[in-house]
Formats: sequence, C-alpha cells, structure tokens
Amino acid sequence: MKIFSGVIEELRAQGVEILEVLESHPQEAVIRIKTEDFHRACLFMHKRLSSAVMAMFAADERKAKNAFEIFCVFLSREFQKWCILAADIPQDRPAFPSLARDIHSASFFEREIREMFGLEPEGHPDKRRLHLHDEVWPNGLFPLRKDFVVFGPVAPNGAAYCFNRVLGEGIFEVPVGPVHAGIIGPGHFRFSAAGEPIVNLEIRLGFTHRGVEKVFEHKTLDEAVRMAECVAGDTAFGHSWAFCQAIEKASALKVPARALYERAICLELERLYNHFAGIGGIALDVGFSFAAQFASVLKERVLRLNQRLTGSRYLKGVNRIGGVRRGFSRQDIQALLCEILSISGDHKELKQMLLTSVSFMDRVDETGVLRQKTARDLGVVGLAARASGVAMDLRKVFPDVYAGSDFRLITQERGDVLSRLRVRMEEVEESARLIIYFADRLADLAGAVAANFPLAAAGCALGAVEAWRGPVLYWVKVADGQVDRCKVVDPSFHNWPGLAFAVLGNIIPDFPVCNKSFDLSYAGNDL
Amino acid sequence: MWTILKNSFFKGLLTEKRVLPDIPPCPEIEGVGRELKKTILSLYGRSLHLREVDTGSCGACESEIVALSNPIYDIQRFGIDFVASPRHADALVVTGALSRNMVLALKKTYDAMPGPKFVITVGDCAMDGGAFGDSYYRARQGVQDIVGGAILHIPGCPPSPEQILSALLGFLQTRPPKER
Ligand code: SF4
Repeated sequence: MKIFSGVIEELRAQGVEILEVLESHPQEAVIRIKTEDFHRACLFMHKRLSSAVMAMFAADERKAKNAFEIFCVFLSREFQKWCILAADIPQDRPAFPSLARDIHSASFFEREIREMFGLEPEGHPDKRRLHLHDEVWPNGLFPLRKDFVVFGPVAPNGAAYCFNRVLGEGIFEVPVGPVHAGIIGPGHFRFSAAGEPIVNLEIRLGFTHRGVEKVFEHKTLDEAVRMAECVAGDTAFGHSWAFCQAIEKASALKVPARALYERAICLELERLYNHFAGIGGIALDVGFSFAAQFASVLKERVLRLNQRLTGSRYLKGVNRIGGVRRGFSRQDIQALLCEILSISGDHKELKQMLLTSVSFMDRVDETGVLRQKTARDLGVVGLAARASGVAMDLRKVFPDVYAGSDFRLITQERGDVLSRLRVRMEEVEESARLIIYFADRLADLAGAVAANFPLAAAGCALGAVEAWRGPVLYWVKVADGQVDRCKVVDPSFHNWPGLAFAVLGNIIPDFPVCNKSFDLSYAGNDL
Repeated sequence: MWTILKNSFFKGLLTEKRVLPDIPPCPEIEGVGRELKKTILSLYGRSLHLREVDTGSCGACESEIVALSNPIYDIQRFGIDFVASPRHADALVVTGALSRNMVLALKKTYDAMPGPKFVITVGDCAMDGGAFGDSYYRARQGVQDIVGGAILHIPGCPPSPEQILSALLGFLQTRPPKER
C-alpha cells in the first residue's frame, strides 16, 4: 500500500490536483480528481500501470450534488489493486474530453456513457450508438439518468446505422445476421471481402439489449443477486459472485472459508462446462462431429454434476450475500471427486483425438490470429488475451481463495484458434486439479456457509471475478438498502473488437471457427 | 483415428432411454419421444423442424436447446430437428425478453417461414419478460402482436432439456396447432 501512494505522488507531480484518495478496501483505491484533469490522469494511469481501461462508467448524482460522476477503472497488477479515477461533471456542461483516440479500450465505454447518460465524449471519433438502435429509439432520451421514466411507444429517430464501407474494385460486402443459422444470440456481421480474404469486419451488436443496468436500480440486494444470474446465462455464477463480492466489500463483510471454497469450486465447474462447449464448438465448426459430440457429452455431464451439487444446471441460486445458500455434504463432495476424475480422463481422450487429427489441426493452426500487440492495444481480456500471450488472470492478481493452490496461469503465444483451444484444454486440466484441491479442503471444514449480513450500509465498491471468459466486473452503489447504480462489465464487451481484428485476412468460411474460439456473449455485451 | 475408434467402441451408445432420477419428475424420454413422433407424423408427414430466434435472452435457454441435440438427448431420433433457415421450419421457437431491437428481425424471420406454422416460446423471459418484465427496452407489443400468440409456452429459467421435450409432447397431444 505504501508503494501505491508513490503512484499517487507521481500523479500529483504531473500537475493533477488530487481532491481525495479513498482506500476503503485494500484492493481498491478511489482517486477523486477535477474534471479538467481527468483526461491527463487517465492517460498517466494507463501508461504507469500498463493497464487497459477495465471499466468506465457514469452515475447520475444530480440530486445530491448537481453533477454526474464519471469513473475510469484501471487494474494495477504490480500493486494488486483496482485504481478508480473519479471526477464530477457539472450538469450544466454535460461533456468530458474523450480518451478514445489515445486509449482504444475506452472507446466503447465512452459511446455507452454517451447514449445512456447524454454526456458528450468530446473528440470521440465514432458517435454511433451501441445498444439503443436508431431504428427504434429517439435521440435525447437517456435511460440511465435518474429522471428517465419508462413510457409507452417512442418515436425512433429514423436514422439508419452507418456501416464503415470499404470501396475499391472487386470489394464486395456480405451482411450476416442478426438472426444466425445456429442456435446463438443475435448480432450483425458485415464482411468486406476482396476475393476470398476478409479485409474488414464490422460487428454491430446491441440486439439483446434489455436495459439490465436500469433494471438493477431499486432492487433489494437479494433480488439483485438473482438478477445478476440472468445477465449472461453461461456465466451466471461468475456474475452473481462478482455482484456479491462488491456488496461484501462495501459492507466489509468477511465471507467464511467454507463459502469461499464452495464458490471457487462452482466457478471452476462453470469454467469446465463452458470450455467443453467451446472445444466442442471449435470441432463442430470445422466439421469434426465425433469430437464435437464427445465434448457435448462432457458438457452435459458437468451440467448434471452442477444439478446434483446445487440443484441448478447453471449454478443459479447458489450465491447469497455473505456466502452461499447451502453447504455441500460429504456425499456431495464424494460424488464431485468421482465425477471430476472420470471427466478429466475423458478430456484426455478428447484432447488426443483433436490434436492428432491432421485435418483438424490444418484448419485451426494459424487461423484467426490475434497478435499480442493488437490484444494489448484493444484491451482484450481473459482467455482470448492469454492465448495471445498476455499473462493476465485475476486469480493470479488477487489470489484470495486461490492462494496456496499453486494456481498455474496458462498462456499461449501465437493467438490463433489453436492457441485459444490449447488454453481451454490446459485450463480444463487446471480446473479439475483445483476442484479436487478445494474439495479436499472443504471436506475438513465445518462451520457456517454464510456470514451474517445485517442491513446493507450505504456505500460503493467494485467486485471482480475471473470467470471462464475473463474478468467480470460489478461496480455497485448501495443506498437505502437498495441498489442505486450497478455497472456490469462482461469480458465480451472488451473482446468483440478483438474478434474483428483476428479474422482479417482469413476467409469467410473460417469465420465461424474464429468466432467460436472467442466464444463471446451477446447478452453480456448488450446488457 | 485410433482414439476415435477406441472411444466409439468402448463408450457405446450414450443416448439415454431413461431420465436420470435426480432431475425433476418427467416421463421417460424414450416414451415421450415415441408419442411425440406419432403426433408429428400425423401433422407434418415426417418430421417437425424448428427454427430458434433469440430476442434478448441470457443465453442459458439457448444452451439447453442446443443440449437437446447432444447424444444424450438426441432429439433428432424422434424426427425433431433445428434448422438453419426459417424457410425450412415448421415452427418458430422464441426465447428471450423481446428487446425492441429484435422486433423487426423476429417479424422478418416469421414471415420467411412457409405455412402451416406456429410459435413456441421457451423460458420465463419469453412469456412476460421474466426478470426484465418492466424494462424500458422491452418491446411494448409482446410476441403475440408481432408473430401471433404462442401456441405453446415452456416455462423455466431455463427449462431443462427434459422439460422442453416433454412439454412439446404434452402439447401436441392435447391441442394440435391449427393451420394458419
Ligand atoms: S428465461 Fe432465464 S434462462 Fe431463459 S433467457 Fe430468460 S433469464 Fe435466461
């Protein structure tokens, strides 16, 4: 902590006036600065901590202080700390200088702030709306402002979405979606191709926008935990844990060890079933059905194991604030261990099946390369980043319950489909090992599975969990025992731009396998 | 190759004849499927082809629908299949809370389907928005105003593959869809 204050001094030396530093939790420092210094301070932190913008969001505080608040979250791996820069934006001048030209990872967040709050990122090169499509939503109606009221029909602003166009001889466009051939979420992909190779891919999302962040407001905390499980179905557990963690941090609640081990087991189970889905999906998209079906059986087995342990295939209803709802019994743990051992045995077979198939390797090797530099510049996170050689995993940065487990961070260097596949395969092995480790610990523990949670104190905090796809962030502000503002960041939001770069130079028929290797969530992105 | 042969030989047939006992009560899959097929046979000649559209779901409902095609449930053996194009579909399966952004796409998908056709909604979201019922971005019309009322709703968040399969049957037996 001492050392981190050095960073604050360096920031001050840059001429940034620091109004207040709040370190309510050892893993989190909130630095309040003036609006005019915001841009400079963010650039400095971005460089100094070598962190992408992990989250950027606003809050409507006009009632309390006639101003909006804007926050920019960086992750310091070195100091094991979330560093949150905060500034007020007076309501009579709802604008702030845009970071997008200097920090790409801020770009989408700024567009989001613009459409949701009506705060203008001055100098932003791209002002198209992400979630509120022009075809159905008017200008000047900002859902996340506190005085926004839901009403009946709204008149769209009538503008059509403007795709970037590639012009030139022989260039043609292939529009795909929003409804796709498979059973997946909706999104529009527009390929520009010259002959076979893709020269530009534009992804338009937002089709599953449901107003999640607004729906969170005024929910009681228990209701909000259930809500968090419905944000991204394949990461239901990661989301609910991140939400609970934010509240637990804000109210300085100590979660019992038993609950932490159970949570960690559930998080790894979630990783397992999704990784099997991903491995199977990659096999399916290159036409290797046997392996794909083999993986889908493994996924089903993990889902059934989830059902056996928690009563829910998608681990819903496990978390509560302060811990978990129900402790695993001895029989549960026994069943868990047996099944995990058998599943990892089958996974070895699957791995061999895939990696020894020449025709399969030919399709995935060197396909969809995301270079490390690109990944860093775009602020790609999680699994996709690790496959491109960016060694970042919150389980390493904030070990907490993982401390003592010898957690092995898995990376690959080349950033192609094969690398993402290999990261998944190795993470499956590592997760199985971790589950066994945690289960052993759990078997010797007795005691409560949840801390007593008195009525929520007012406050705010950031919860973060390394879910299977990457870090899930929840910034929650509580007032009157209810959620006042909840910002959700699913890793998909960071990673979709990565996909658009990875496919460049590949042929359109390889797009499905590239897409599957990233396996991004539409729901988590669109919120 | 050797791994494939070894595994297909030793693993044998994975498709389940029975539902696992620890999953909420529902009739035997095998029995369900055979009956379902009979009904489908009388309605559609050979098979029932479904097209799925996500109108703002969290993804878990899709995941369960995808699971129907894995070797354990193997829905295809009963003549039910999910198709890639609405032009090949007999019924539209709608999931999700119906975001305003999806209204047009949903309508177009339905319009592209040849008749006779009907709509099935899957998951609590698709019924009344579920957790997102009072969201500002939920389309005001509702599925019934855009593509006609669903003839079958399968509740759950998400419904399990067994529930989806047995719901399909129960419905087809009692109220055959009218031609539209
Ligand atoms: S019903 Fe539940 S599982 Fe299905 S889409 Fe809605 S929230 Fe997700």
